[in-house]
Amino acid sequence: MGTNATPQASNSTPTRLTGAEIVWATLVGEGVTDVFGYPGGAILPVYDALRKFPIHHTLVRHEQGAAHMADGYARASGKVGVCIATSGPGATNLVTGIATAMLDSIPMVCITGNVSSKVLGTDAFQEVDITGITLPVTKHNFLINRTEDIAAAIRYAFQIAKSARPGPVLVDITKDAQQGTAIFDFEAAKPRPVRPHPMRTIEESGLAQAADLIRNAQRPVILAGHGIIESGAMEQIRTLAERAQIPVALTLLGLGAFPASHPLNLGMMGMHGESWVNHAIQESDLLIACGMRFDDRVTGTVATYATKAKKIHIEVDPAEVNKNIKIDVPLLGDLREVLEELLPRISGRDGAAWLKTISDSKGASAVRDIKNLPDLGHLYAAHVIHDIWRITGGNAIIVTDVGQHQMWEAQYYHHEQPRTLITSGGLGTMGFALPAAIGAKFACRSKEVWVIAGDGGIQMTSPELATIAQEGIKINIAIINNGYLGMVRQWQEFFYEKNYECTPLLSPDFVKLADAHGIRGLTVRTRQELAPAVEAARAHSGAFLLNFMVEKEDSVYPMIPVGNALHEMIRRPDQNPLIESSNDK
Amino acid sequence: MLHTFVAYVEDLPGVLTRVASLFRRLNININSLTVGRSERVGLSRMTVVCEASAESGHRIRASLFKLENVVDVDDIAQAPSVTRELALIKVAATPKNRSQIFELVEVFRARIVDLAPESMMIEMTGVESKIEGLIQVLNEGEERVLEICRSGKMTMRRGQHTSRVLKAMGAAGSTEPAAASEQPQTVFANSAACEPE
Repeated sequence: MGTNATPQASNSTPTRLTGAEIVWATLVGEGVTDVFGYPGGAILPVYDALRKFPIHHTLVRHEQGAAHMADGYARASGKVGVCIATSGPGATNLVTGIATAMLDSIPMVCITGNVSSKVLGTDAFQEVDITGITLPVTKHNFLINRTEDIAAAIRYAFQIAKSARPGPVLVDITKDAQQGTAIFDFEAAKPRPVRPHPMRTIEESGLAQAADLIRNAQRPVILAGHGIIESGAMEQIRTLAERAQIPVALTLLGLGAFPASHPLNLGMMGMHGESWVNHAIQESDLLIACGMRFDDRVTGTVATYATKAKKIHIEVDPAEVNKNIKIDVPLLGDLREVLEELLPRISGRDGAAWLKTISDSKGASAVRDIKNLPDLGHLYAAHVIHDIWRITGGNAIIVTDVGQHQMWEAQYYHHEQPRTLITSGGLGTMGFALPAAIGAKFACRSKEVWVIAGDGGIQMTSPELATIAQEGIKINIAIINNGYLGMVRQWQEFFYEKNYECTPLLSPDFVKLADAHGIRGLTVRTRQELAPAVEAARAHSGAFLLNFMVEKEDSVYPMIPVGNALHEMIRRPDQNPLIESSNDK
Repeated sequence: MLHTFVAYVEDLPGVLTRVASLFRRLNININSLTVGRSERVGLSRMTVVCEASAESGHRIRASLFKLENVVDVDDIAQAPSVTRELALIKVAATPKNRSQIFELVEVFRARIVDLAPESMMIEMTGVESKIEGLIQVLNEGEERVLEICRSGKMTMRRGQHTSRVLKAMGAAGSTEPAAASEQPQTVFANSAACEPE
């Protein structure tokens, strides 16, 4: 260290710093305490300056993990997640993680090093056009080749990442810009105020129309999405639902935005939503869509989607309105602000008849519910997740991977609080869970964090077990191990005549794998062992891995096949061969 | 249908790629794209013409606005406006057929801007159909077309609206060009009023 002086951010007088120091000083000024990254040649000056700053850096095992960790950190905390990588392969390895954050509107800032500006464009060693590559998967990106531009670019990146509809922003900084010096003035680097989207206007007439539709609706349903959590509109949604007695259906990313135990909560909608939820939407005469984007996984076939319903769409992004579904009343603005304006116009409504219709339509669903089946020795994922929910009191942060277990989690873990389910919804990124959980743990160090992943997805990023070990953090890992790429197998079963091509999966002994990393583990084969194993994992002070050997060919029900209307679903067979197998007798 | 968007964008490296990439991502082919300096310091003006469904106009405009470097977008749609294209056409010409070409140029109100022993260059501005007309006549006649260079369409709204926009943008004699970027609402309010009829 050349001098003992620690370069300070924000409140200090402008001082001359290297570009590398400016990177950290700006991050400190933005309130960053944790970053996730991997060093390399073109980012070395930045790493060299790290020790002078009060920021904890987590060394990942693959840059994709760094991006997912920053993402998990952002989802758990609501703050901007930060990841760092070097040029070339370091930068390209981030791309999957950046796209994951983009599709789910997660605020994230990615910092990459690049080769010196003198050799930019010469195919220098580890040079790649990362701003070009990430252009369609970032909200915005910057290529910075002057030291004096670094602070402003990073501050601007933070503003873009968290404003309006959040998303990832990448700042690519050439090595010479990191090595040069410039006057660092945090205040002067403040970005211009956010430019409001001119089409984002809440019109008086729209509010009046919406209030009118709500007043006169017989069968209204609120569609609650991720925007509620991003906007912090949980209270407002609850007030709207309770005051007008409107049932609430949630998207996958909306889970937690409205308490699962609330009597007006219907549960998750869409491809793997419960039948009464989707039936309620199809029968509805008014849909109030809040911070959701009518993704194809929640609408089924668009032409047959809720044809009897008028649609109100409250949305921050004007480009989402009328994209998939024709909207009658768009209210474009921050969800919380719009609801604040709308709520005074909403008066009490009697919703009893409609609520009774929905609850009657639940019918035999509880009987079909796999967790209510008698214990015949089979271990189902539903049992595992239901018990984890029961034992953690619904208070853990659950980070899922992608596939069958993800849908079972959504069905059987009941989320009361926002930011307690962290999952890759839009991009559906396998390998997301383990690294995202590490990020979530750093965001909420005092909270219990569980990974729920399949035997396929966990192997995509299992090297991050070493990161967990090196950081010494406590995360519980539940592997729903069915020996298949389960969701793909399920599609093969339903739509490809059980041609299980390339879905049977030979996995390592996960307990031994954990052991190799100094992480304790247990394999669970029966329902009796389940609860004690979950308790054991929770009681252990360090990270713990549970390998649940579940029913191999179970499927997620109900399921709406692609191309079907929302109410045309495959139900769990009453006579499930898995349940009634001769072995049970 | 044919959509015409006029966008004011920051004059920075890579901005053209961002705009073009948006259309690519939406799976929309750009028919023509012109970019040049505008009356506002540091901002370029783009005219983007593309073929897309009638409903997609809203989404394209909304998405263009979301690009950080895009300051203003106007969906011209069917509004009264002037659209022009510039074409440079080089034809093989000898003293023998020169007068014939001069006649054609006269009829189409084009100009000869270069005369060489074996070729002539015609400059023409006008709407697309007029330029197509000249090219067709040249192709069908005895003249041999050697080269064609077309600028793509440039569009500007007619009349009062245009001047209001200009005024709101703080251009044309404004002493504070910087003020323009600080009053985006005014600009947007005007362009927002131009929804297709």
